[in-house]
Amino acid sequence: MLLEVEGLCVNYGHIEAIRDISFSVPEGTVTTLIGANGAGKTTTLKTISGLRKIRAGSIKFEGKDISAVEPYDRVKLGIGQSPEGRRCFIGMTVRENLEMGAFTRKDRKTAAYRDDLDRVLGLFPRLQERIDQIAGTMSGGEQQMLAMGRALMSRPRLLLLDEPSMGLAPKLIQQIFTIITEINSQGTTVLLVEQNAAQALKRSHDAHILETGEIVRSGKGKDLAVDPAVKAAYLGGDV
Amino acid sequence: MKKLSALPKPAKILIWFLIALFAYALPLLELPILSTPDSDFASVLFTVSIYCLVALGLNIVVGYAGLLDLGYVGFYAIGAYTVAILTSFHGSWPLLLAIPVAVVVAMISGVILGAPTLRVRGDYLAIVTLGFGEIIRLVAVNTEWLGGNKGINNIGRPPNLGDEKTGLFEVPHLFWGDGTVLLDNKDTTKFLIFGYSDAVPYYWMGLTAVVLVLLADILIKNSRVGRAWEATREDEDAAELMGVPTFKFKLLAFSTGAFVGGLAGALFASRQSFINPQSFLLLFSILYLAAVVVGGQGNRWGVLLGAFLVAYLPERFRGFEDFRVLAFGLALVLLATLRPEGLLPPRRTVRAKQLEHELDELEEGAEPDHDGEETARA
Repeated sequence: MLLEVEGLCVNYGHIEAIRDISFSVPEGTVTTLIGANGAGKTTTLKTISGLRKIRAGSIKFEGKDISAVEPYDRVKLGIGQSPEGRRCFIGMTVRENLEMGAFTRKDRKTAAYRDDLDRVLGLFPRLQERIDQIAGTMSGGEQQMLAMGRALMSRPRLLLLDEPSMGLAPKLIQQIFTIITEINSQGTTVLLVEQNAAQALKRSHDAHILETGEIVRSGKGKDLAVDPAVKAAYLGGDV
Repeated sequence: MKKLSALPKPAKILIWFLIALFAYALPLLELPILSTPDSDFASVLFTVSIYCLVALGLNIVVGYAGLLDLGYVGFYAIGAYTVAILTSFHGSWPLLLAIPVAVVVAMISGVILGAPTLRVRGDYLAIVTLGFGEIIRLVAVNTEWLGGNKGINNIGRPPNLGDEKTGLFEVPHLFWGDGTVLLDNKDTTKFLIFGYSDAVPYYWMGLTAVVLVLLADILIKNSRVGRAWEATREDEDAAELMGVPTFKFKLLAFSTGAFVGGLAGALFASRQSFINPQSFLLLFSILYLAAVVVGGQGNRWGVLLGAFLVAYLPERFRGFEDFRVLAFGLALVLLATLRPEGLLPPRRTVRAKQLEHELDELEEGAEPDHDGEETARA
């Protein structure tokens, strides 16, 4: 297991955002957390990347407990995140954003780094076209691609994607999901958080459904996608 | 700036050299438009150089790292008092030994103040620093060991070069008559004697410090550290997700700023030869911040311009008595309205603005100038 979450509890003040959730992400898979607004999906991701503190439970990455590791050190361990709402550095150019993604890397003058940059620009040709443009002047879809590309530049073993389809046009959503599959097939494990359950379930190996801070269903993505109860609650009945 | 960066390297170096030469020669030229009729021009220039130092230091904290510091005068005071204590009040150290100690003490005080406060975000930092600046001043007022209200005098001067009476050589100032320019052999600056009346050598010292800090600033800003500051300022959480230990970088910015502030205070104390708590009022923190904001926070050339204006204009118009303060205030209000990003905003802001402008024009139905601009809207 690449990532194991056990008995995780997270609070915002006195409010329990996450209650005792456990799941794991096997190496090489796409695992999805789906759920409605406020179910605790983003909190879960933020806790894995270290931006939120754990109240109880543990997070293990490659078998080691990382609960006490600072967020910036988790990047070095191999956890990259594309946060909710993209959060690109809007005053920097695309290239500078991608360079920020590689902040922890010491090999930025080597061919290995250039290969990774080429790989990311290959995944997102749009970023290549906009390489010297200020990120803040790009469209939402382009910024989403930049956020994902930036996260990939740290060469993560585990890529956390927080609602990559949020606010995007249907055509772009298709494109983003195709790229996620592509990233996964290149060897990066992906933990995806989505409200767009139809697309996410179709493309993930494992999926977990969160409701008010607890996991209520787990299973194969394809199984959940055809499950009547899940369909009724998250897929609008007939997808 | 665009044209300048297109020039070949030797030409660029030559231009910068000429600009520096002009800056060093400024007090000797006594240019009629620039000179201050009601106060000693060289003294004003020295004050300008100190403001430039302060603005560069505060720009690192406010402009680069995005930390609002309303008590910057505190570090300035710490630098000044350290020099005063070591060279006069409780010791007789040579100034050149006291200055490094002063900047290190200022830097350490920056770490001590920053370590507990930089963990909180937003406005709290402004309040804490505001308090810090005042606490430093009040401690000085109430501590006999620091000279109390009376202050400290006979602060050490920089060492002279050459003979006390003539220096190594004497440099004449220019004299502007009616349509003629003469070398004024009675009005000379002795190279390099740090006396009471002639402020020119102090200005040279201040200017040299500005040049050195400016070079360090350019090196740091273009390094990994500068990029980390920028990321932290733009989005702290996102910066952490990139692997930036934001707290450490904020502390580094804070203490680097304190270092420069302490240096400015130390040079100021040496020139004045006398300091008391009145030299370190809250007003100065605000003026320093005004210099940074008016000039364009985040742009080193902007904040230098801002520092020049804030230090120079009130002296230039000293003849207008108190009206000059009113005019100064009006000028600040006008600037805040017309150029909210400062006179010279950072390049990024300019580029972003230009792009926005181009996109707006496209939206209004104009023909696209470049390929791909249309897709940018999609």
